Amino acid sequence: MSSNILEIKNLSKYFDNFTALKDVNISVKEGEFISILGPSGCGKTTLLRIIAGFLQESEGDVLIEGKSMKGIPPEKRPVNIVFQSLALFPMMNVYENVAFGLKRQKLPKAEIKKSVLDMLSRVGLQGYESKQINELSGGQKQRVAIARSLVMKPSILLLDEPLSALDRKLREHMKVELKELQKEIGTTFIYITHDQSEALVMSDRVAVINKGLIEQLDTPHNLYNNPKTGFVAGFVGENNRFEVASRDGQKVVTKHGWQITKPDLDFEPTLMYIRPEAFIVDPDESMKGVEVFEADITTILFDGANTKMLVKPEGKDEILIALPQNAKFQALKQGDRVKVAVAHENIKCYKE
Amino acid sequence: MENNKKVFYILLAPVLLWLVFLIIVPHIELLISSFKPNSGDGFTLENYSAFFADKIYWKTFINTTLYAIGVTLLAFVVSFPIAFYLTKVVSRKYASFLTLLLLIPLWIGELVTIYGWVTLLGDNGVINESLKFIGLIDKPLPLLYNNISMTIGLLYMSMLFMIVPIMTTLESLDDAMIEAASDLGASKWTIFRRIVIPHSMPGIINGSIIVFMLVIGDYVAPNILGGKSSLWFTEQIYNQFLSTFNWSQGAAFGFLLLGISSITIWMALRLSGQKLDKVGE
Amino acid sequence: MIRSLPNSTGYKYGFRVYVALFFIFLLLPLIAVSALAFNDSSAITLPWKGFTLDWFFANTDDRVGLFADEGLLTSIWISIQTAFAMALLSTIFGTIASLLFDKFNFRGKGLLYFFAIAPLVIPGVILGISILLASTAVGGEIESIFGVDAEIFSPGFWLVVIGQFSFGATYAMLLVSARLKKFDHALEEAALSLKATGLQSIWYITIPFLKPAIIGAFVVTFLMSFSNFNTTIFLVGSDPTLPVDLYSRIKFSSTPVLNAVSFMIVLSVSIFAFINLIINRNKK
Repeated sequence: MSSNILEIKNLSKYFDNFTALKDVNISVKEGEFISILGPSGCGKTTLLRIIAGFLQESEGDVLIEGKSMKGIPPEKRPVNIVFQSLALFPMMNVYENVAFGLKRQKLPKAEIKKSVLDMLSRVGLQGYESKQINELSGGQKQRVAIARSLVMKPSILLLDEPLSALDRKLREHMKVELKELQKEIGTTFIYITHDQSEALVMSDRVAVINKGLIEQLDTPHNLYNNPKTGFVAGFVGENNRFEVASRDGQKVVTKHGWQITKPDLDFEPTLMYIRPEAFIVDPDESMKGVEVFEADITTILFDGANTKMLVKPEGKDEILIALPQNAKFQALKQGDRVKVAVAHENIKCYKE
Repeated sequence: MENNKKVFYILLAPVLLWLVFLIIVPHIELLISSFKPNSGDGFTLENYSAFFADKIYWKTFINTTLYAIGVTLLAFVVSFPIAFYLTKVVSRKYASFLTLLLLIPLWIGELVTIYGWVTLLGDNGVINESLKFIGLIDKPLPLLYNNISMTIGLLYMSMLFMIVPIMTTLESLDDAMIEAASDLGASKWTIFRRIVIPHSMPGIINGSIIVFMLVIGDYVAPNILGGKSSLWFTEQIYNQFLSTFNWSQGAAFGFLLLGISSITIWMALRLSGQKLDKVGE
Repeated sequence: MIRSLPNSTGYKYGFRVYVALFFIFLLLPLIAVSALAFNDSSAITLPWKGFTLDWFFANTDDRVGLFADEGLLTSIWISIQTAFAMALLSTIFGTIASLLFDKFNFRGKGLLYFFAIAPLVIPGVILGISILLASTAVGGEIESIFGVDAEIFSPGFWLVVIGQFSFGATYAMLLVSARLKKFDHALEEAALSLKATGLQSIWYITIPFLKPAIIGAFVVTFLMSFSNFNTTIFLVGSDPTLPVDLYSRIKFSSTPVLNAVSFMIVLSVSIFAFINLIINRNKK
């Protein structure tokens, strides 16, 4: 038997004529923080609901701690969910919410009390026991929802976009908090999200799902730097996307007529991606392994440290380029002609 | 929740008990009884042929149906402005109070309110006595025991069931839509015809169906407020069951009443493209 | 034409006059019937012969007031008992039905739902006679097979309760369903995820959420039962409910004691309604 805490094997799910998941395989080690990342409707919530037992798989199997979960109802599985809406019980206070699951297991009252208070203090909510749910802030509700699940000591905690209801600032903060909490308690987290930044910041590994298929399961670093498919390249992080019309030897020609050299291509690409930060403005003459071209600046998009510009090389393509805000580039303005370089390895080509 | 078979059966059992034994079986029994002779067993069409043979039966049947449709239309005409006023015109401060006032007669019940009309409309009733007092008349007007008093009673006991569903649909009509129409130069009449009425159509249909059913099936208002000539088909059913004890004949009449009200409701749903599911909302 | 738009004076006052006339039409019978309960006369009509409380308290040969009228008091008590039993049954079954139709998809669901809402469009008289016919048939069968008189199947208290319940459950179901639509189903899944069983999650989470609607359904079905005549008349035994008693008295022997009963009903419904209004105000 493997030592994986969760094993998803050849999992498929069909709804009538619609294929929600197709042949999904994922192995998760104990204590890992895994994100399932994909656009809405990609099947990630279906996957979560199958793991939790709210839906039944059409084909394949889910193994938790080496045991098949076929036919096992949600209440008998060693997993708990933090819901997107949090689903805190509005008719109960904080203590009763966190104690709810333990009470169903008919544990002694004193033991329940100890576990609940202990868990509340771990999430920084000591003293909040008798507060009503509607008296809490967004972040506090978040922590109650997590405490309510963690107090059950699940093998795996499933989180269904729990940060999506929060405002931006709080979300940034909770990302860090969630990751640290997970490191501290060591429970395996499976985190569903459509927000690539949440996935990249928090996870040990990320599975990118599109149209029911796993496109790539990898570390955040690899996902960003070496996307295996055009979809991943386009979905994870900001990117320039070019439709490729033809290849002329080592030259790739885009649909809009821009040409750039990409050596060692052994297939006919249809798509090409180059990240905005892969471009080097005004490069040194001595740089090796780079492709240099000239372009006109059409727009400067000022955004402090994230300032970018749009440039037009020959043809009709527009390219987004990150523009570091140092003294060297501050004088650039619309209409200027600039020299730009990009390393060959940063030109990513795909065939779809 | 694909897994919870147990919960499903626990919920299904009482619902089946209710619907099978109190809705389905009794109506089948109604149909069977209507083909039984008055005494003894067997199969007969005499209960239905009696209906067609006696003019008073089928004439009452047709009159009742047409009258019920008429009262339904009247209820709509009377109710719509009230529903509109309470949801869109009156200041919100008074709206909930007035709406509550509207519902009180509903909860008081038909018998008491119909009795109220008896005391109002009688020869020595409140209205005649008041008119006499101010010297407008010296002999009482014949207000009670005729088609007008019956219509008042039917309208009174049913119109709230028209107002409430229309109010529900009007509440979901965004005021901004009326403002936009007005801003674009539409007249009041156009706004009512093109925006308010179409939007409240589901409520109007729901209300009409309930009102029609209540009116065609009513007994108290025609029987207490109606005159010698105000024959209502339900009275035939009551007579068969409670005076002449010819239950089979009564069952046949009952089935005919159920038939005509179902057909009329079905046609209303068909013409409006609405579903029966929505009637309850 | 609406609150936020300027209106012509004609429109505004025309509308007000119409609405005022409507409310007079609505309330006049209630006011008249209540006022005449205090008329010192044996007729249920004007003229006004002075104020009296005889029709509530007297117990003489020619005047029997409400609180001395055994018959009326009995029928009121029977109506209260009937309404309580009917409302309890309707609320329980209606709640169960709304949970069933909300949570599960199954073969024949559409048809079953059709039967569940059918009482909305079936005249009460039809429900009355068909339940009478069916229960008489079943009672007759039981008598001929077992030789016992199955009392529950002959007209009387329980048959009235059952007959009224047949449509009361529909209204309870619709009232509970309306609130159930606002229920976040993730709450139930959260309970399951926290290891509650299916029934526990309904009991601890769904039912408490539905509580206001369940109470509302109880009140509504109680009032429906209390004022029902059309179905009840066919199923009633030797002890009439209040509406049945009122009907025969209006038809055959009306005295102002009927006004006294009516006044009490008008009064209690109004008090109840205004308490309700105040509670709702305070909630907002």
